[in-house]
Amino acid sequence: MLFTSYAFIAFLAVLILLYYLVPKKWQWELLLLGSYVFYYFSGWTNLFYLLAATVTTYLTALAIGKRQAADKAYLAAHKAEMSREERKEWKAAEKTKQRRLMALGILLSVGMLAVVKYTNFTIANINGVLSVFHSDKQLSFLDIMLPMGISFYVFQSAGYLIDVYRGKTEAEKNIFRYALFVSFFPQLVQGPISRFDDLAEGLYREHPFEKKTVAFGLQRVLWGYFKKMVIADRLLGAVTTIIGDTETYSGAFVFAGMVFYAVELYCDFTGGIDITIGIAQALGIGVKENFDRPYFSKNLKEFWNRWHITMGSWFTDYIFYPVSVSKFMLNTSRWSRKHLGDAVGKRVPVYLSCFIVWFATGIWHGASWNFIVWGLGNCVVLLISQELEPFYRRFHAHIKVEGRRWWDAFRVGRTLLIVSTLRLFDCYRDVPLTIRMFGSMVSARNWGELANGSLLELGLSVADYAVVIAGAVLILIVSLLQRRKSVRERIAGLAYPLRFVIWYGLFLIVLIFGAYGIGFDASQFIYNQF
Amino acid sequence: MKKRRSIKVPVYGLISIVLIVAGLWLLQRLLMPKYMHGIVEGAMTAEFYQETMNHDVVFVGDCELYENISTVTLWREYGISSYIRGSAQQLIWQSYYLMEDTLRYEKPQVFVFNVLSLKYDTPQKETYNRMTLDGMRWSLSKVDAIKASMLPEENFADYVFPILRYHSRWQELDADDVNYLFHRDKVTHSGYYMRVDVRPAENIPDPRPLGDYEFGENAWRYLDKMRILCEENGVQLILVKAPSLMPHWYDEWEAQVDAYAAKYNLPYYNFLEEPDAYGLDFATDTYDAGLHLNLAGAEKLAGYFGGILSEDFAVPDRRGDAAVAAIWEEKAAAYDAERAQQEARLAAGLPAKE
Repeated sequence: MLFTSYAFIAFLAVLILLYYLVPKKWQWELLLLGSYVFYYFSGWTNLFYLLAATVTTYLTALAIGKRQAADKAYLAAHKAEMSREERKEWKAAEKTKQRRLMALGILLSVGMLAVVKYTNFTIANINGVLSVFHSDKQLSFLDIMLPMGISFYVFQSAGYLIDVYRGKTEAEKNIFRYALFVSFFPQLVQGPISRFDDLAEGLYREHPFEKKTVAFGLQRVLWGYFKKMVIADRLLGAVTTIIGDTETYSGAFVFAGMVFYAVELYCDFTGGIDITIGIAQALGIGVKENFDRPYFSKNLKEFWNRWHITMGSWFTDYIFYPVSVSKFMLNTSRWSRKHLGDAVGKRVPVYLSCFIVWFATGIWHGASWNFIVWGLGNCVVLLISQELEPFYRRFHAHIKVEGRRWWDAFRVGRTLLIVSTLRLFDCYRDVPLTIRMFGSMVSARNWGELANGSLLELGLSVADYAVVIAGAVLILIVSLLQRRKSVRERIAGLAYPLRFVIWYGLFLIVLIFGAYGIGFDASQFIYNQF
Repeated sequence: MKKRRSIKVPVYGLISIVLIVAGLWLLQRLLMPKYMHGIVEGAMTAEFYQETMNHDVVFVGDCELYENISTVTLWREYGISSYIRGSAQQLIWQSYYLMEDTLRYEKPQVFVFNVLSLKYDTPQKETYNRMTLDGMRWSLSKVDAIKASMLPEENFADYVFPILRYHSRWQELDADDVNYLFHRDKVTHSGYYMRVDVRPAENIPDPRPLGDYEFGENAWRYLDKMRILCEENGVQLILVKAPSLMPHWYDEWEAQVDAYAAKYNLPYYNFLEEPDAYGLDFATDTYDAGLHLNLAGAEKLAGYFGGILSEDFAVPDRRGDAAVAAIWEEKAAAYDAERAQQEARLAAGLPAKE
């Protein structure tokens, strides 16, 4: 059931209606039922993966929670009998047991993700190695379908398990309530990756009908549909054509495809998240923002703090920090400082942690070398800009450009160019081809072809381009207005006839200019593949 | 103050609902194709509902009917009041549901069905589905017709709210979309689509051998349903194969229809078999090299078949009924006017139809 399908819209309408009609104490049960019905439509076998992720993390978290409670009670009861050292020792032993439980839960849950997502990738690499050694043996690929949104709910449940282990979150005792946290349907498709502490309270609380909350939620859903259906899905065909025919569309067309993809991906992903957050809001539930006008970022580090925020913070909290303070990394730090000197040695663990995190980020996005190289590419750019910090400081000490608008605009443009260039790895089928297409772009001599009507052969008419440009301008204006005050709040302050015209107008724009139905290939949200 | 506010809310609400519904209705009308020029076949199904009289003979089927039989000739020569409920690539289940639909409005003496569509056992093309089904008035027959016709990529909601299907037509809106926002011109003459030009049938390609000549189960099922529907309603069902050279009508197909007709005692006429009997000449009586007849051919076939309908099935001569005659005189005048117009266009070196 795609967000853009009629079935989903009907499902949502019925669910919201029932949600506010049933006794409030049953609201969360209804959501759980709705979420499983929603996921059932992605393929009934997928329910097993969802259940497996839920049950494994629930049981292990519960076991950890019980141990923590028992540990606390034991220490309280034997405080007087134990010395400080004994208590410390006892705690450490207990922590080790809890860590083992956590590892088991993560192994089962993330292991399941690894099997469905990376088995064929691994087989392809083994086959590649066998070919290098001229072996006739080739392993057969497995017929595994990636269940919708598995990367999101596995990470969300793994995050919960780690938080319970860290004592940050109490283990949820009611499996059904926990199942709702894992399966909450709006975020099953493409996130965001919520934390238990942020989401759970809102899920289980009783929500009376509040006109403003529901209206604001639905308005955001409509805005999401605008981004997704009017712009992203309209551009999809052109992007697919450009990356699918590399012989015809090289050089300047790679640049055009890169720009189109930047707009398409932004509208697809942020549109999808708008729909997710809007639905949750209409149900009275708060879901964390996943974007903060990322294309206004002035450098790559800032971009990653503003793009797919929940994924970035997940990798930071659950991979970067644990890896940075792991025994291995501390030993590495000591070794490198001793053998390479302070200046270089202190960088080694930081670089290594960064590489590990960006490798994981890359492979989380997709089981292919393209994504790994994309992730490591981001890592390299981030580390280079970190190393260039002293140079930047000297530059700004001599040349007073900081704070000037044109300089900020240049930085924003530069960041967008870097982000988009790295995303070429996301587009083309393999790394050598991506590099070849990048080469053809930087050495392009066919820029004139972008103005000779060739762009009209990509499946988009002049009117389509006009819609895309007008839509992008509208999004830009809304983003700028949003910086000071919520646009929905502004509109809510207007006279009713004007509000009606705005929201009805937006609805009609989506209805008429949306790229859906026969004639348009209603694409799935790009991020539900992850 | 409180009182004013309590009135304001329902008033605004009501006005909003009216504006939303009216706006959507108007937009839907604007965006739906009008089929008034060029491809006019999409307007044929709806045109039936403009009829103000009953018919003794109703034809259901594809272009082999609506381009091959002149209803005005049936009237002029035999006083037969008839209508062709035809549409492009009308599939057998669509013909069946159009029969059902027709029976909601009138009960003809005879239903004539062209058997070519037996060759299709599954839905074919969405655009043809739309041309046949969009014009049907809502009824259970239409619902069933849609369900039977939909391709996997189609959606029932698109039929209920055609704006969901035609929203992307905003790029191709033209003057017709505004001019025909609230009304339609007639594109046929009691269902007959006229062409006066001539393109002889030459070099007809040899028929391609088929892997399987058996008509499909679904097609047979709907032929059965047609037969039973006619029996239940006391309507005579006549099967015909119109005289079109292409698509090829195979002997194996003919044998199956023959056997079916014999089994259920249904009259079946294959007009391809003896074109000389009514003077049909594919050198002069077709406008597209044998696919469809032109006006001369359609009048010849109507002249011949009209005789069969009158003599063998006792279809009454309504020329003595003043009210019916008046309507048909009007139809005949429009028919003659279009013939003259098409001939004038040809004489001026223009295509017969826009």
